[in-house]
Amino acid sequence: MARIRLNQLRHSYRLQPQAESDWAVKRLDIEWANGSANALLGPSGCGKTTLLNIISGLLQPTEGAVYFDQRDVTPLPPDARNIAQVFQFPVVYDTMTVYDNLAFPLRNRHLAATAVDKRVREIAALLDLEPMLGQRAAGLTADGKQKISLGRGLVRDDVNVIMFDEPLTVIDPHLKWRLRGKLKELHQRVGTTMIYVTHDQTEALTFADQVIVMNDGMVVQAGTPVELFERPRHTFVGHFIGSPGMNLLPATFADGVVRFDGQPVELATTPKPPTAATRLEIGVRPEFVHFDRSGVAVRVARVRDSGRYRIVETERDAVTIRLLIAEGETLPSGSAFLRFDPKFTQLYADGWIAS
Amino acid sequence: MASTKIPNQKAWLLVLPVVLLVAFNAVVPLMTVVNYSVQETFGENVFFFEGVKWFEQILHSKRFHESLQRQLLYTAIVLVLEVPLGVAIALAMPRRGPWVSVCLVLMAMPLLIPWNVVGAMWNIIALPDIGLLGRSLNAMGIEYNFTRQPFAAWATLIAMDVWHWTSLVVLLAYAGLSAIPDAYYQAAKIDGASRWAVFRFIQLPKMKRVLTIAILLRFMDSFMIYTEAIVVTGGGPGNSTTLLSIDLVKIALGQFDLGPAAAMSLIYFLIILLLSWVFYTVMTRDEAN
Repeated sequence: MARIRLNQLRHSYRLQPQAESDWAVKRLDIEWANGSANALLGPSGCGKTTLLNIISGLLQPTEGAVYFDQRDVTPLPPDARNIAQVFQFPVVYDTMTVYDNLAFPLRNRHLAATAVDKRVREIAALLDLEPMLGQRAAGLTADGKQKISLGRGLVRDDVNVIMFDEPLTVIDPHLKWRLRGKLKELHQRVGTTMIYVTHDQTEALTFADQVIVMNDGMVVQAGTPVELFERPRHTFVGHFIGSPGMNLLPATFADGVVRFDGQPVELATTPKPPTAATRLEIGVRPEFVHFDRSGVAVRVARVRDSGRYRIVETERDAVTIRLLIAEGETLPSGSAFLRFDPKFTQLYADGWIAS
Repeated sequence: MASTKIPNQKAWLLVLPVVLLVAFNAVVPLMTVVNYSVQETFGENVFFFEGVKWFEQILHSKRFHESLQRQLLYTAIVLVLEVPLGVAIALAMPRRGPWVSVCLVLMAMPLLIPWNVVGAMWNIIALPDIGLLGRSLNAMGIEYNFTRQPFAAWATLIAMDVWHWTSLVVLLAYAGLSAIPDAYYQAAKIDGASRWAVFRFIQLPKMKRVLTIAILLRFMDSFMIYTEAIVVTGGGPGNSTTLLSIDLVKIALGQFDLGPAAAMSLIYFLIILLLSWVFYTVMTRDEAN
């Protein structure tokens, strides 16, 4: 177990990176606490897998260093870092049995057969793989194979960090729930630092205590799932997390008052947007928009049913504002008024929060 | 729906051209051979039924036994050399980058040369007095003359076969290697696997299917080798490189013993069929259970 720290890290796949866009991972500092469950969330190509491979040592960063506790592990090869990584597509050694697969990392390190046996059986019990120990690994289902690749990491004593690179991609939906639950349970039992990379917000938010949202090689926001939901630091987070994403309305700011289309909008605190900002937006999630007797006048345009609640699309000129209402709640037709919950309404200047 | 379906057999008509084609290029010639194998032929197209006499004669013939032994030895040496060498070259080839296509084209080159041209090339290059290889060896003090020394003749034939056909194993093995996702190598690195373990537990299992095909192809082709060998050594010196097919042609066209030659063809064919089946069964045994 270890605290993982990335210090002034940058990476480019080009030999001589020049422009800012040449960097797959732009300069960042991240710290993951010992024993924490973390997620790296971002769209495809945002640099999250690159970051993971740098931590595991499969990739050498162009600049910066990786620390496990106080130790600089940047020059170490993957097998010397004592880590585990579960890949998108299950990796098992086809010709070996489940038992031999689990024993493989230990045998490579020349452990005594009795010690190997003890450890393999412990891990198999932990992952419910005991009944399959004698079976050929090739014959297992996708989730079984993912458990094996997880197990190959866990068998080693005192693993520093376990990393998951979109491990549920090839798993059937009904098994996804089971395996995700298993991972969460496992984290509570073994207490190893875990980093879970995904582009699926549900996976990230249900697994992790701490989520880092990445976009375009940069960390956009790091925080708990609740923080990401209630107070996105960037409009990207507001949009990427939540379904449907956050409403963004063009805004003006003068004399300490935020206005949308001339209408004052109440915020919890008075924002201080930079004077140089060229684009001001009000951000409010559909969950925090309600119908009211007075407020922002809109026209109800469309209603979509999503099962537990309905998504209402309202319009004011060319701006669409979405809100959620419960099943059975009465829906005004034609024109209506909207109220934004001030506690969860933010002002964004050029994309970044200005409160 | 099934009960109302009217059987329509007209589709068979569409298969007819293929059936005719196969009949003319495979079944009819094969049956001709079967016909010859049980008859004695005389001039003027006079035939006498002889039963299994030719089969008995071939199976008891010392000459056939010797050719068969030479053939088995030749194929064994070829497989033992070409398969590991082909795998080794495939492993050494770059996995990506501009050199991939260069290597692939270079590798495919020998496969594109007609067999008799390969034979002629090696014949010339190995000539002891003027050939590049033959002269160089003699100049280095190694006495080499493939027209006089049986060992030199064998070495020349095997070198030629390795040069000509290792590429096939390389290309197939390389295709197998390219199909391995990077994640396997990354996982092996994290697991602390040695280079040998990576080969043994990742690369070899993933190459197994293509290697099965490579071994089968190389077995069948080398067991039937004729053109290159006849051009280089003509079966000599003496009978030292008279492989099965060369012997067969000598009997059939040299001596014009059509009956024994036909019987030998069938035995030859059955040996290849049997050995291919054995190879295939042994190599795919794991997947079955």
